[in-house]
Amino acid sequence: MVNATPLVLSLELAAWTSALMLPIGLFVGRALAWRRFPGKPVIEAAIALPLVLPPTVLGYYLLLSFAPDAVLGGAFQGLTGKTLAFSFPGLVLASMLFNLPFAVQPMQQAFAAIPGEIREAAWVSGLSPARTLLRIELPLAWPGVLAAFVLTFAHTLGEFGVVLMVGGNIPGETRTLSIAIYDRVQAFDMSGAGALSALLLALSLVAIALVRALAGRGPRV
Amino acid sequence: MAPGLRVALAQHRPIRLEVSLECGPGELLVLVGPSGSGKTTVLRCIAGLHHPERGEVTCGGSTWLDTDRKVSVTPQRRGVGLVFQHYALFPHLRALENVTVAMTHLAVARRVPRARELLALVNMEGLEGRRPDELSGGQRQRVALARALARDPAVLLLDEPFSAVDQMTRRRLRRELAQLRHTLQIPVVLVTHDLDEAQMLADRVTLLHRGHTLQSGPTREVMRRPVSAEAARLLDQTNVFSARIVSHEPQHGRTWIESDGLRLECAHTPEFAVGEPIDWLVPPSDVVLHRRDRPSRGERENPLRGTVSEFVILGDEALVNMDIDELDDTLSFTVSVHVAGRNRVGLGEPIGVSLLASGIHIMKRSAAD
Repeated sequence: MVNATPLVLSLELAAWTSALMLPIGLFVGRALAWRRFPGKPVIEAAIALPLVLPPTVLGYYLLLSFAPDAVLGGAFQGLTGKTLAFSFPGLVLASMLFNLPFAVQPMQQAFAAIPGEIREAAWVSGLSPARTLLRIELPLAWPGVLAAFVLTFAHTLGEFGVVLMVGGNIPGETRTLSIAIYDRVQAFDMSGAGALSALLLALSLVAIALVRALAGRGPRV
Repeated sequence: MAPGLRVALAQHRPIRLEVSLECGPGELLVLVGPSGSGKTTVLRCIAGLHHPERGEVTCGGSTWLDTDRKVSVTPQRRGVGLVFQHYALFPHLRALENVTVAMTHLAVARRVPRARELLALVNMEGLEGRRPDELSGGQRQRVALARALARDPAVLLLDEPFSAVDQMTRRRLRRELAQLRHTLQIPVVLVTHDLDEAQMLADRVTLLHRGHTLQSGPTREVMRRPVSAEAARLLDQTNVFSARIVSHEPQHGRTWIESDGLRLECAHTPEFAVGEPIDWLVPPSDVVLHRRDRPSRGERENPLRGTVSEFVILGDEALVNMDIDELDDTLSFTVSVHVAGRNRVGLGEPIGVSLLASGIHIMKRSAAD
């Protein structure tokens, strides 16, 4: 990853984050859509927390737990010999936490929109839970699943606060697109910052257009 | 172990259930009862979609549920064909795929031909390629029925299958089901709150009320001979009255009862003691209007006089409510419109009727009354 430009680094971070959040969002979103269990409102609130929490606050707590003498940071260092703070894996982890609401909520809504009777009809038709997920639920929920993926991807591309807090500004390791823009402005390189900003703006527009197009898709249940 | 379906369920929550029913192979049992009586919950217990606190469900010799022995077979392995009230078709799949998807027990090559066969059986030929949102209510119901039969189920369950379609479609679908069921050698359980539907389709009826089985039996038997005034009311019997047993005359094959000084002759019913308070009913079909011009059949059998308090023409028939002179009560019956006209039956007119002794049904007075 040495010499990777900020754009490639941002794309890599966004790809890793959205790929890892896909199964997590699927599992958590589906469980929240259909199951009733004690503590569910607490979990839902915790998932929504990154929407309102200042990124610097999240970053601060992550930095504390990434430290080599903390449980998480220590375990990572024991396994890999590297520190979690100011590293790409640390960025991915922070990014995943920060994107929980973007990955979970669209999927939760998509699964909740499938009537319980449809799933029960699948079960009495002999479809196992796994086949029900593949043949019935996912084909009905896919716009929500894809929207979650795109939102997570786009949101990660533009991340700034958390990345700066836990990743710093290490070229090729943690200097993502938005950090690079900040870096350019600090160095009074306004034209460099402008080009990168235009790129991020275009990517964000495409993502939002995609999500809005997806919202109108999918079979009517 | 007996083949066919045997169900016994008991629970306190979320709704109270104390239900037992049986349905033989090739038999159509209708579960009838008002909304909230637990009919759908019973079906869900049979299908394995609801787990009662205690219960036993066996079908065709295999045990699907036995809470005492901690046996509970998953819905997938029960062999149940279930037609949901709102059909619950898979909206993203075409009619044909809705049926083939349920054929996990068949080799892939055999699924499409078999699904076409089933769709033809329910008169859906030519519409196999349509999605549910391109089908009418009646067509969706047919696809749901074909899907329910796709697994060659051991029992077919239908939850208010005709409630979501218009009157004409309902009549046609009922007729189709009546024809289809004779080709099925499995128990069929149909849930409805529509008594006409129950009478049209059922071999046997189980009457549910507040989660309890009030009565089970052959349709005509249940309809004509409810076990209690409560059952009679649920079965829409309006002519229900209170009385007590006066005497038994086994040599004449009759029993006398008395309501407020009015003595009525009934078929011999020795299981009730003389002096016992009872409820009785007479179906509208066993109320005979006296002719004005000459004596009519059975005129001396339990004659009553009264005044017409309500007269409503419903098509070819007229509904008549008569305030009985001898009783502080009203009797309902229907006559054809031309008979009503010929005998000058109209609002406020005095008329005479007879209650056929063989039609009077005596019921045990329940403790609650």
